[in-house]
Amino acid sequence: MLESLLFLIMGLITIACALCVVFQKNPIYSAIFLIQTMVSLAVLYVLLHAQFIAAIQVMVYAGAIMVLFIFVIMLLNLSKADEGEARDNLFFQKPSAIILGFILVVMIGAVTLKTVLQGTKGEYTPEIISQIGNTQLVGKMLFTKYVFPFEIASILLFVAIIGAIILAKKRIVEDEKV
Amino acid sequence: MIPLTWYLILSGVLFSIGAVGVLIRRNAIVIFMCIELMLNSVNLAFITFSRQLNSMDGQIFVFFIMTVAAAEAAVGLAIIIAIYRNKATVNVDDINLMKW
Amino acid sequence: MPYFFGCSYLDLIGFVLLFPLAGSIINGLLGKKLSKSVVGIIGCTSIGIAFILSFFVLIDLLQLAPEHRVFEKDYFTWIGSGTFEAIAGLQVDPLSVVMIMVVTGVGFLIHVYSVGYMLDDDGFYRYFTYLNLFTFSMLLLVLANNFLLMFIGWEGVGLCSYLLIGFYFEKKSASSAGMKAFIVNRVGDFGFILAIMLIFVTFNSIDFTTVFHAAPEHLQMGGSIATMITLLLFVGAVGKSAQIPLYTWLPDAMEGPTPVSALIHAATMVTAGVYMVVRCNVLYTLSPFSLTVVAVIGGVTALFAATIGLAQNDIKRVLAYSTVSQIGYMFLACGVGAFVTGIFHLVTHAFFKALLFLGSGSVIHGLGGEQDMRKMGGLKKYMPTTYTTFLIGTLAIAGIPPFAGFFSKDEVLLEAFTKGGVLVWALGAIAALLTAFYMFRLLFMTFYGKSNMTKHVEEHVHESPMIILIPLLVLAFLSILGGFIGFPTASAINNFLAPVIGGGHHGAVDGGSLHHASAGMMFSMMGISTGIAVAGILLAYLMYIKQPDLPAKIVGKFKLVYTIIYNKYYVDEIYDATIVNPTVKTSFILWKIVDVKIIDGFVNAIARIVELKAEVLKLFQTGYVRNYALSILLGGVIIIVCSLILL
Repeated sequence: MLESLLFLIMGLITIACALCVVFQKNPIYSAIFLIQTMVSLAVLYVLLHAQFIAAIQVMVYAGAIMVLFIFVIMLLNLSKADEGEARDNLFFQKPSAIILGFILVVMIGAVTLKTVLQGTKGEYTPEIISQIGNTQLVGKMLFTKYVFPFEIASILLFVAIIGAIILAKKRIVEDEKV
Repeated sequence: MIPLTWYLILSGVLFSIGAVGVLIRRNAIVIFMCIELMLNSVNLAFITFSRQLNSMDGQIFVFFIMTVAAAEAAVGLAIIIAIYRNKATVNVDDINLMKW
Repeated sequence: MPYFFGCSYLDLIGFVLLFPLAGSIINGLLGKKLSKSVVGIIGCTSIGIAFILSFFVLIDLLQLAPEHRVFEKDYFTWIGSGTFEAIAGLQVDPLSVVMIMVVTGVGFLIHVYSVGYMLDDDGFYRYFTYLNLFTFSMLLLVLANNFLLMFIGWEGVGLCSYLLIGFYFEKKSASSAGMKAFIVNRVGDFGFILAIMLIFVTFNSIDFTTVFHAAPEHLQMGGSIATMITLLLFVGAVGKSAQIPLYTWLPDAMEGPTPVSALIHAATMVTAGVYMVVRCNVLYTLSPFSLTVVAVIGGVTALFAATIGLAQNDIKRVLAYSTVSQIGYMFLACGVGAFVTGIFHLVTHAFFKALLFLGSGSVIHGLGGEQDMRKMGGLKKYMPTTYTTFLIGTLAIAGIPPFAGFFSKDEVLLEAFTKGGVLVWALGAIAALLTAFYMFRLLFMTFYGKSNMTKHVEEHVHESPMIILIPLLVLAFLSILGGFIGFPTASAINNFLAPVIGGGHHGAVDGGSLHHASAGMMFSMMGISTGIAVAGILLAYLMYIKQPDLPAKIVGKFKLVYTIIYNKYYVDEIYDATIVNPTVKTSFILWKIVDVKIIDGFVNAIARIVELKAEVLKLFQTGYVRNYALSILLGGVIIIVCSLILL
């Protein structure tokens, strides 16, 4: 009962915050609301017995990545959004997008309600998970079955770092010219 | 106990909101945040399936999605900075390089 | 047998083709950057090497027994489609060897000559590119082992003649002469293509060996198909070899540089038709009617062109009509079944006609571009070497023993008499008389008498440099001795070419048919033809040396005849009125009305419709990425809706 209540509350907060992300004029507010969305999602993850994921959701997503966003917004001084002044050239874009969004929600709801999820059930029931420990299980999976993707992910991050540096660094030669 | 279908519906709603956000906003950074929102909704769906099927694979997938999202955020934001330096704007309507 | 790195020279036949082609490509691509001397060396050596190789090929071929002197080398299947197969292969037999010897030998001399003649021209490298390509095409034509490959060479020769005749393309007359040559040739080529198609339909093959072996069993003697094939082939030959009625392009071909004229008239191009008729002698033998046509056309052309030659004043134009006339002789010989004699005359003619053209080129060069004989005269003392060689060439073409032309021309007349009858012989004999007359008229007007040169020209007149004179001397030497390869009773060329004639196993026509005629008759014929030649020379001497005012009197008496001949029987004008102008007018109508109004109208209308549609459709193409993303979302929603309905 408590669990259901918690889901309802957190679900509503998530949706509300997500809407705010989209409709806030100021990017900084959007970012703040996105952090809140992620934190509420973390709560939902806990409800689904995925404690480790919930933890890194808060730390990596809400923490690291979103800080990066806010940092960039501050850096570029975008807090006063300029898009309000410029008239939208595509007057039909906004209404049609919202209508389509609604239809999408309805359709996804219909699909999920209509179909019964099938599939072979695994061995990790919530009881076993709580017995062994979620983190330990994730770690075990990562370093046994998924060790190869794990290594690839590390290379991906490495490449991303280099890419980010090259893209964002100042062109020194050009600056000297100026 | 809440039926797991509800989680999926919540995931769908979040995804739709993110999609609409991508379509109606013109600030590149906000668009980027909406994409993150969509990624998160997918994560929620994965966790739900993982719970439903008593399997750890879904959670591992979420782990990898987060890795990719981190990489994407780093590169994407770097691109936005580079564009801002050249054009002094992050309005996607002004960055119409794909149009002659 | 001489071997070259362990393989017979016959195997190297491809290189005979390759060197001129390579020379052409190198000069064509790099010639602009190379110096003139390098371009000249590349152009000449490529032909020179081809000549040396041809010579060794000839020696190799002579080692074989006469009946085995056919060597074929297939390189690759060029076209294979259903039952149709064209193999790119070369055929070496006595006939093609004689031809490549003439083409590369005379061609080489002309190349060397050209280095001297064209040295001041800006298009030097362009000239040598075309010249090498010309030689290559002609070699391909004579070496091909099937009709289609021969046709490629045939067309290549036509193309190069167009390029070279129109070499001074900035001159209107030159470019239109080039076009005229190309278009008139096209008429003949059309007949040739049809003949190839008919041959394929009949024999299911276009290979020489296959066709000629199958022909005697396949075709009825005198049957309609044999006649049709041979007549169509002859249409091609008429076009390329400038016979009536398609000869008009050759005199106009004088617009090109003089060595080109020499090449066209002597070594390449015009002889192609004769070669082709001889090559197909098996087919021609099967159709007496076609042979008659060939003989008549040849004889009439010989006489007709000779009469025109009487009244021309342009030195090169006289020579051009004499070529038309001499080619007529060759066809006359082929037409009476003496194919070898035709080739024999082709060879000797190549020598003395190249000599005459190069000699006239030397004269024109010395006079700074003057071609009108009335403005020459007395050049003997200015250009002694040119004069001597030119005299030898003139004696050779007139048929004075022992020069080359005597043997071949005499043999043609003899064959005409024994096989064709008195009428055919008379055509040739009168033409021979006229030839001797107009050639000596040319000689006398140019080198004898008092000088009619303008003062400016006279001050600058000079003998040509050695590089021009050496080819003249070599050709003069050949014009003296060339006839002895066909010496009566011991004719080397007759014996050599005999296996080619009649396909080897079909003995309908005897190549060295001289033993048909008795020795007494032979010698009386020799006497008669020599007499004819001497008569022509004496007449010319009388009119142009003894009494220089006599020609004017005669012209005054036969004003009408002279005008007609002077204007070349108005053939060009008749063609213009009956064929060219109506075609041009029709084309003009087709262009201005059918093409511009109707066809272009349709095309433009379609374009307008597309444009109007695009005006509407471009509204969807906003150029905003998020707008396109909306379409993606729309598509996604539609897919989900569809899957829901289907579930």
